[in-house]
Amino acid sequence: MDELTGAFIQEGREQLAEMEQGLLKLEQSPGTDEEINAIFRAAHTIKGASGVIECPYIGSFMHLVENILDRLRTGDLSLNGDLVGLLLRCCDHLGVLIDVLASGAANPNDQQKNTGDALLDELAEYNGSPKPGNSVVEHEAEVESSGGGVFITDSWHISVRFGLNVLRGGMDPLSFLRYLASLGEILHITTLADAMPAGDEMDPESCYLGFEIRFQSRASKNDIERVFEFVRDECELRILPPNSKVGEYLQLIEDLPEDSMRIGEMLVRCGALTQSELDEGLVDQMKSSQASMREGEEALPPPPLGEILVEHKVVQKEVVEAAISKQSKVNEKKTVDARLIRVQADKLDQLINLVGELVIAGASANLQAQKTGISDLMESTSVLSRLVEDIRDSALQLRMVQIGETFSRFNRVVRDVTKELGKEIELVITGADTELDKTVVEKIGDPLMHLVRNAIDHGIEAADVREAHGKSRQGRLELNSFHDSGSIVIEVRDDGGGINREKVLKKAIERGLVQPGQSLTDQETLNLIFEPGFSTADQVTSLSGRGVGMDVVRRNIQSLRGTVDVVSHEGEGSTFTIRLPLTLAIIDGFLVSVGKAAYVIPLDMVIECIELKENTNDRDYLNLRGEVLPFVRLRQMFEIEGEVPPRENIVVVQYAGQKAGIVVDELLGEFQTVIKPLSSIFRHLRGIGGSTILGSGDVALILDVQSLVQHSARIEEREMGTSALLRAAAQN
Amino acid sequence: MATQQCLAINDDLTIYNAQTLKQKLVGAINKYKLIELDLSQVSQIDSAGLQLLIFAKRESTRLNKEIRIVAHSKAVQETIDFCNLATDFGDPVIITASENH
Repeated sequence: MDELTGAFIQEGREQLAEMEQGLLKLEQSPGTDEEINAIFRAAHTIKGASGVIECPYIGSFMHLVENILDRLRTGDLSLNGDLVGLLLRCCDHLGVLIDVLASGAANPNDQQKNTGDALLDELAEYNGSPKPGNSVVEHEAEVESSGGGVFITDSWHISVRFGLNVLRGGMDPLSFLRYLASLGEILHITTLADAMPAGDEMDPESCYLGFEIRFQSRASKNDIERVFEFVRDECELRILPPNSKVGEYLQLIEDLPEDSMRIGEMLVRCGALTQSELDEGLVDQMKSSQASMREGEEALPPPPLGEILVEHKVVQKEVVEAAISKQSKVNEKKTVDARLIRVQADKLDQLINLVGELVIAGASANLQAQKTGISDLMESTSVLSRLVEDIRDSALQLRMVQIGETFSRFNRVVRDVTKELGKEIELVITGADTELDKTVVEKIGDPLMHLVRNAIDHGIEAADVREAHGKSRQGRLELNSFHDSGSIVIEVRDDGGGINREKVLKKAIERGLVQPGQSLTDQETLNLIFEPGFSTADQVTSLSGRGVGMDVVRRNIQSLRGTVDVVSHEGEGSTFTIRLPLTLAIIDGFLVSVGKAAYVIPLDMVIECIELKENTNDRDYLNLRGEVLPFVRLRQMFEIEGEVPPRENIVVVQYAGQKAGIVVDELLGEFQTVIKPLSSIFRHLRGIGGSTILGSGDVALILDVQSLVQHSARIEEREMGTSALLRAAAQN
Repeated sequence: MATQQCLAINDDLTIYNAQTLKQKLVGAINKYKLIELDLSQVSQIDSAGLQLLIFAKRESTRLNKEIRIVAHSKAVQETIDFCNLATDFGDPVIITASENH
């Protein structure tokens, strides 16, 4: 695929997303012209670009879509739900076509073609043309009065003052006017001779004449100006377009390509201004700025060209205003464009990799410097490592994208699904500006989709059921996102019926996931929904209920080193909370050692470090300021041999609100950690999340705090359970 | 001093004669109280001629005199009409039967 096509595919998808957003917005509230225009422009851009890359199937399809949008824009067609639905389906089809192009196929396959043809037929109905391919062009009908002749609604206003020397130059003003009359119809003419002096001063060979003319014609402003071409230098000419032309100019300005253009150029391009009028205006502008400079005043900014032109009465104020607004719009777009650079993800990955290597090399240099004991060298390496840290942060920042884009995709999903199921659901998005790593964003889309669909399908009840339960008819689905201690949290919350625990338990027993009679906590019961092969929906719909949902969701999220939790209250709704690490590449770590091995704990999760007192030898929890803190001994857990040092330390970590301690030998301090994934052989290793390379070249393992915390919590629970059982037994 | 003078202009009312025509008109205005201008023989009139007529009208008003155009040639009438000056001049325009078809 060549570069151009690649760019088209990318841009096409963006424009498509824009179209879709616009349509959804339109459906919710009757849109302004501006919104319809935005959709039209997006469609138009795709069509235009498809021509550039010579992709006829997209071009011809978009042509018809554009026709419809154009008629919406002109008010020929009015927007209704069906039409929006149709246009949305067209968007979908366009997405398919772009995929076809991306796959490198020469043409869409038959099935895709049929879909497209069906859509085109539907579009043709709206287009009102029997055959697709005909765009309807309507001509403005001329209003004729019954008395015959063209009924005049408005006209050009031409104001001309001839210069003194016109007659001596051999030119006759009257002949110009007669020529003008041949271009159209002079409705009214007023001859002015105010400039003529009385008595002897009047020179019969000088020209003192001026005319105010109302003129009706289909000629353009340029044509009219050309009438006076020969005396252009020697007369003052003002041509003010009729009011009907103003509308036309506004339209033309709107349709101008979005280049950077100056006001004057724009007005000349759309015909509202002629080049010579512009030149005159510019000269005046220059003069006035020079004048203010000459007077020794502070150099005032010259008056805007637009003002001068309006003052000269060569163009209406509305037209200038339209041009100005267009100009600022273009500028805005340009500045946004200029602020963005498209970079291939590979290049970024390469950069991150290099930064990772840099971090490792920097750590190594640091270590060597410390060994030498030369303070100057140590000083400069520490400056170096601080800079490396900054580079690392900004490099990682490059990969950060806002989650909003992912969220806004669900507007469409919610709309479609709600329509299909006949429910009323409002989607509320908050925290759309929360940033997270691009790779995470890409991979979180599918699990989120499952959760959202589940919430719509199973969570939120039908409107009637809701009403019967005393809730508002309209269900509410919230997507929320925020940062929380080194991770990003994404919540999917619905105010539906919640999860029925008994039903879950019954199903789980049915499927053999739990044994009958096994006692489970509420939370454990809820978590069953994440087990493979579980679905509580009595009916399988097209959306969900095939039992492949939640376990896939959990697996996907776990593969991103994240977790998913569910909280549910019957009758009130459920909240799914996804917790993901901010980045997958480099983290700030806390280096510790047990025996000869070094371990890294993600620094964001470390709360404090305390000394392990001797007297806790026999148990795995301690009293931390009145709180029970369970801990794990890494030495035991990883079965590390060697002498236990006289003093051990506990690193207190927190994950998702749970605290736990990790007992280690030595605390080595902060360490920038480049995460190297473990190979798949170690996939089932518990408590290890990855590896990294130390400055010395040694490998350190990165602790998976989440599983350690869960592990210690489970031990704690079990022990409490046994002790409770024991107590119960003793009481009996 | 005669109060009334009938001035017939036989030349074209164009730039080429403007200088002499001005003298002629100014002279007449200075001399007489009421001037009747016969333009029936004017076959050509241009902007210079037109403004000369405007000038004559103005001068006479300024000097409390009167100048009337009593006969128009077709060219003069057409030009005055074209410039929408008929009401300004306020002279009766005689439309001959043959013209009014």
